[in-house]
This record gives sequence, C-alpha cells and structure tokens, in this order.
Amino acid sequence: MSTMMHQWRATYAFFERNWNLTRRYWAWELVWLVYNIVNGLSVTFIGESAQLVTGAKVNTNLLILYLLIGTSVWTYLSVSFDGVTDIINMERWEGTIEYTFMAPISRFTHMVGSCLYAVVHGMLFTFLQLIVVSAFFHLDLSHANYVTAIFLLLLGSISFIGFGIATAVLPLLFTEKGMQMSMIVRAVILLVSGVYYPISVLPGWMQPAARISPATYVLEGLRVAIIQGQPIWSPAIWSYTWPLIITGVVSVPLGVFIFSIAERYAKRTGRLKRNG
Amino acid sequence: MHVAIHEVVDNPSLLEHVVIDTSKNAVVIEEVSKSFKKSKPLLRLPWKQEGEKDEKRAVMAVDNVTLTVARREIVGILGSNGSGKSTLIRILSTLLLPDTGYVTIFGYDVVKDAHIVQRLINRVSVEASFFKKLSPMENLIYAARLYNMPGPEARKRIKEILTRLGIKEDRIKAPLENMSRGMQQKVAIARAFLTSPIVLLLDEPTTGLDPRSKIDVQNFVNELRDVHDATILITTHDMDEAEALCDRVAIIDQGRIVALGTVDELKRKVADIRGQATPVTMHEVFMHYTAAHLITEADIQRYGSWEKAFDAYEALREDEEE
Repeated sequence: MSTMMHQWRATYAFFERNWNLTRRYWAWELVWLVYNIVNGLSVTFIGESAQLVTGAKVNTNLLILYLLIGTSVWTYLSVSFDGVTDIINMERWEGTIEYTFMAPISRFTHMVGSCLYAVVHGMLFTFLQLIVVSAFFHLDLSHANYVTAIFLLLLGSISFIGFGIATAVLPLLFTEKGMQMSMIVRAVILLVSGVYYPISVLPGWMQPAARISPATYVLEGLRVAIIQGQPIWSPAIWSYTWPLIITGVVSVPLGVFIFSIAERYAKRTGRLKRNG
Repeated sequence: MHVAIHEVVDNPSLLEHVVIDTSKNAVVIEEVSKSFKKSKPLLRLPWKQEGEKDEKRAVMAVDNVTLTVARREIVGILGSNGSGKSTLIRILSTLLLPDTGYVTIFGYDVVKDAHIVQRLINRVSVEASFFKKLSPMENLIYAARLYNMPGPEARKRIKEILTRLGIKEDRIKAPLENMSRGMQQKVAIARAFLTSPIVLLLDEPTTGLDPRSKIDVQNFVNELRDVHDATILITTHDMDEAEALCDRVAIIDQGRIVALGTVDELKRKVADIRGQATPVTMHEVFMHYTAAHLITEADIQRYGSWEKAFDAYEALREDEEE
C-alpha cells in the first residue's frame, strides 16, 4: 500500500513540477499558443482558397474540416510528444537529471507522471486552437461525434507516449544534438501519417511507414468521427481502434525497455553528468 | 543486530520493508575501478590519421579503490581537481556503474539493489542543479514527493530547514534564478537534508559559501550524524572543514587512495616522513600526498610561491587529461 502511495506521490510530483514550469514560463506558452493558432489558420485558409486556386468546384466545407482536423491533431500530437521528450530535454538543460535518476522511483512512474501532464497540456492547447480557428469559418459540424473523437485521441495518445519515451533516449545519450534528432522523428511522423492529405498519395515505399504510425489511425478515425459522425462501436471506427490498441500495447513497454537500455549505457559511460 | 530502518529515520514510509543490519559497515567500497573512454567521431575524413590508440583514449578516473566507512562516521575524501572524487561519489549514488569491484550501502549493492540504495542515500553536488525558474519551495516539494513525503509535512520541514540555513521567508517562494550561487547551494543542501538520508554524500557542498554559511552547514552535518545517526562521506578542498568535520580522511590522487587515517594520524605521518618533530598542517598533508611533492625549488621561484606553483601544476595536469 505504501509503495503504491509512494509511486502515486512521485507521479503527482512530475505533474505538479511540469505545471509549475508551465506557469513560470507563461510567456513561452503564450508564444506557442499563438504560433499554433496562426499555423492552424494558415493551413485551413488553403482549404478556403482551393476553389479560387484550382478554378474547379470543390467542397470547401469538407476540405476545411479535413485540414482543421489534421492541424488540430498535429498540434495535439506535437505538444504531447514534445512534453514526453522534454522529460529528458528539460532536465538536461537544467542539470537536474542526476537527481531525478537518483530518486527511489521506478522509471515507469517517472514516465507516466511526465506523460500524463503532456497529454493534459496537449489537449488544452488543441482545444483552444480549435475554438479560435473554428470561429473564422462557418463549418457544418452537425454530424460530428465528439465522444468518438476524444476516445480516439486518448487511445492514440498511449502509442504516442510510447514513441515519445523511445525518442527521449536521444537527448539522454546526445546532450546537445538529441533535441534536434527528436525533431527528425517528429517530422517523419508528420510526413507519413496523412496529417494534411490521404496516405494514398504517398509513394508506395512510404505506405508501410504510414501503416505503422499510430497518427495515421487517429487522423483517419477522427475524420470519420467528425465528418460522418460514426459512434465508437461502429465497424468503421473499430477498423481504426484495433490498430491503435496494438500499437499502444506494443509501443509503451517497448519504449520503456529501450529507455532502460539507454539509461544503463548512460550510467556505464558517464553520460548522465553535466559537469563536475 | 537487525533493525527495521524506520526506527532511525524521519521518513519511515520510504523505508517500509527495508531492513538494515546496523552491525555492518555503512559503506563498503571494494577494489572499485572506473575508466572513461573519449568518444570517437562518428565520421572520420579518409585523409585524417587513425588518431589515438584505445589505451590513450581511456582515462582511469577511479583506480582500485577500497574504503570502508562505519555507521555514524564522517569520512572526508580530499583530492585535487580531476582526482576521481566526484566519480567515486557518483558510483555510490547509483549514477555510474563501476567497471570492476563493488560498493555496498549497509549490505545493499549499489548496482544490483539500486532501488533500495536510493532510499538510503542522498547527495549534494558541487553545482546546485535545480529548475531555476521555480522557487526553492517548488523545487523542494518536488524532491520531497519523489521521496514519499506527504505535501503538508514536506512544506513544514522545507520552511524549517531553509530558515535554519538562513534563507528568508520571502525568498522561499521566489524563483531560484534570482538567488546568489551560495544561496542556491544552501537550497541544494536543504534538498539532501530534507529526506534524512542514512548515508549522505556531499561533493564539495560548501564551495562558494561564505564562512558563516559554511559553519551553518557543518553544524547541520554534525546534527544529521548525532541526532539522525547518518553516515557521511564528504569531498572537499577546504582543509579547515576536513579538520572540523571528519573522523577520518582519505586522500585520493589520480584515482587511487594514497593516504587514509584520522587527521592527527596523517599529520604525524607526514611529519615523520619529513623528519619534523612537530605535526605538519593539514594543508601540508594534502600537498604532500597529491603529487605536490614533485614541485621543485625552481618551480617555487618561477611562480612566486608554493601554492601558485601547485595551481600551475594542477592546471597543466588537467590540460593533459583533456
């Protein structure tokens, strides 16, 4: 019982610490929020202009909705993925990593605590972006099934936490270059996951990567939920749910396993220390 | 005698189900060695030479160190910069894996039983590492929760310790980045004291502190041993501190322990070697064992004083190690 309480307190410690950091770095938060909103608007205006640019008749409402879902999900995934990789980045930056790794807590608790905050933070960011960007367009959301949308977003988060934990290995092992390396992983996910286009337009050799990425299923599932209003138990949604369950079940333990190998390597080679 | 650990610490919930044998030595370091290799570049231009050989790239940081520390003992580790003191502390802190040998804390191996050892220890490093935008309270409450302390109890204790270390109430909730280095170091010391560790590892804890603060910290260290039965390993460059605090002193040079004993024993020993009737100072003991005896009269004349010649010698050695 005491062990459970200890792990819960530690989980809350990471959540509370990250919230305190968000409060203290409020100006950065504001900058990122504005950046994401402006970015979202820039993307959705492409939909608004499609008819003008091509001269052909285009279902503008559908295209804007398609792009809005893409940009919103991408904001969510980016913020939560950054939050997870920041488990290490931030601690490297401040030099606190040795103290966190010395604390009597499991690495799983460490990860879960940080990831929980990343998910809540990502959700809040996305929600605010969605409200502001939607206000610019007259979108028909009468068919949208929000319960299915939130369900898919949360289910997909599990896989992204796993990917994030595995990617956090990069700043752990490469102090200066690790952050940039993790950006490459994010960029590849953006390319192959059909954020702004259907994955069918990708070259054949890229398609298998798209099928591995959990973001593909989250995006496709969300579009079906928002545009077609499909409920969670519908066969259409199930076809996106089961791949997300599999990637979630595989990616989290795999991410923690990869991280534990990297941690041992860092302890063997002295890469945890900043100086001294 | 086996004693459930919660009889001797302030944070019993952290150590539930952990049993220590108080008849055992608190710290046992047995033939521990640790070397580091300078990493090879990922890509090498074809016209560049192969470079240094493997043995040249390896730096022996800790070389076959054996040391035993009894429960409630305060042992000082003295050594020049780059002598291996911090590496040894990191091995004890479960942050580095030794290449050979083993370390136990009350019988628990720092590698195999790392999760138990982590409940028994805490550490202060020479650099106060914190989330600098956060306040001392926010940083310390985070640390307290990781060590299973309930929030209200932790807040009360944090205030007590910080106030005792001379940090004013209005600074406790202000960002750490606005504090001086010395004040930040006090907060780092408070973080380690907060969890009442059974073994406290202090790596140059008073570097950068003013004389009054140094005494505050030394009093706290003594209290931790006297009241809480803590065992303390401290690395320092401050000879007065070593004399004031340490029951025994180990001098480490180029990764090896070259002298071990009480302050008086070491002073007498060096005096005997030099053929002096009166004991030498601790400063002279340190200089004697840290390869400083290689400094010649010509060096002293060249640099102006013995201390300046020693500093130059140390700088040269650090350059060679890089």
